[in-house]
Amino acid sequence: MLEHVELFFKSIFIDNMVFAVFLGMCSYLAVSKKVATAVGLGAAVIFVLAVTVPMNWLLDKYLLQDGALVWLGPEYADYNLSFLSFILFIATIATMVQLVEIVVEKFSPSLYNSLGIFLPLIAVNCAILGGSLFMQAREIETLGLAFNYGVSSGIGWFLAILAIAAIREKIRYSNVPAPLRGLGITFIITGLMGIGFQSFGGMLTGGGDEAEETTEQVNQLIQPEVVTPVEEEVIVDKNKEIDEKVISYNDVNK
Amino acid sequence: MALLSKKDTNLIMDPLADNNPITIQVLGICSALAITAELKASLVMAVSVIFVLGAGNVVISLMRNIIPSKIRIIVQLIVVATLVIIVDQVLKAYQYELSKTLAVFVGLIITNCIIMGRFEAFALANGPWRSFLDGIGNSLGYGVILIIVGFFRELLGSGTLFGIPVLGDPIEKTGLYATGYENNGFMIIPPAALIVVGIIIWVQRSRNPALVEEN
Repeated sequence: MLEHVELFFKSIFIDNMVFAVFLGMCSYLAVSKKVATAVGLGAAVIFVLAVTVPMNWLLDKYLLQDGALVWLGPEYADYNLSFLSFILFIATIATMVQLVEIVVEKFSPSLYNSLGIFLPLIAVNCAILGGSLFMQAREIETLGLAFNYGVSSGIGWFLAILAIAAIREKIRYSNVPAPLRGLGITFIITGLMGIGFQSFGGMLTGGGDEAEETTEQVNQLIQPEVVTPVEEEVIVDKNKEIDEKVISYNDVNK
Repeated sequence: MALLSKKDTNLIMDPLADNNPITIQVLGICSALAITAELKASLVMAVSVIFVLGAGNVVISLMRNIIPSKIRIIVQLIVVATLVIIVDQVLKAYQYELSKTLAVFVGLIITNCIIMGRFEAFALANGPWRSFLDGIGNSLGYGVILIIVGFFRELLGSGTLFGIPVLGDPIEKTGLYATGYENNGFMIIPPAALIVVGIIIWVQRSRNPALVEEN
């Protein structure tokens, strides 16, 4: 449960698709002029990510990974088809996007019309393929976590495009230097927002590297050493010493 | 007869400046910016895209009359994915360390909007030779921006170019560092790339006011 919560917040804020790895920038810049269309596209991205990441996780697990074909029989255990992952992942994504298009057209023609050309363009949105590739690279362990990763990185992307669309609607009334208007200022604002999002980095470690280092030191101090009967007395002394060290260390930390 | 007619030359020269894919057409920003903290990675990425777009444009242009228009996106994706797999395998074989640095971004060439954009806008309507020139021109325009960004980020961020120290030694305090200069760690983090590109756009549009947009 805890790992789900951790992954959820990590993918939204720390590894945000837009601000940390620049995925889906083309549609992010092209569709962020109005809040309404930005919301539509963001929702579609969340949905497609939520479907394709778990599907590609299954493909990766049972077809592509080193030794994934072992369920076919022991003689297939040596196969490693991972070089095919690009082509299979993109095929899954293109198919799913086509499917989403058909379903949306059938059940909600008004949404279909408002999204227009951007719906098929989701297939070439790097955020979607990036989601699957990062899922593979980070070796996400279970199907549930893969689904969680898809949904939460979709939400991260949604938040980013919503924020920039709102800013761009307002910035129309400001006096931006002429050569920076439009694209230039959007880049710079995104950069500034990215710097803001960097500050989420300490959210899960609760204070950054220092805390991790000190717990490691304590662990090293406490770690039991190999006991030989002759040295028992010495070791008792040593343990005492270590206890004192830990205590004094804790005091210092307070 | 010259090798390239004037029209053909324009195909290559236009995307380098006034019709640049990144700063004017707003394509292909996705997989570009994250890898520009080092000049070497930028150069390899640029070369990979030149290969994929050049070859892909030729393939699509040869097939343009037999692709049914309804499934053309899928056909295009398959062609690009095949070319990218070749690039990925070559990188893994000859530049393993670098392919670790680039990580998933090589795969993301598939969804690089420049490639789909040029297929749709050019290769589906033109012959192989002109498509080839168009592909090379656009990917060069992309590469130029990548290398400019990579140059500034690596020089100001780590004081090196291609991993070679050019400003002196920061620890021994030689060269420029003796005067009190410090590396700017800000240039290494991802958001810096966006701001550098923003400044490039600013410079370009100040020089050529015809490109200025409405707010």
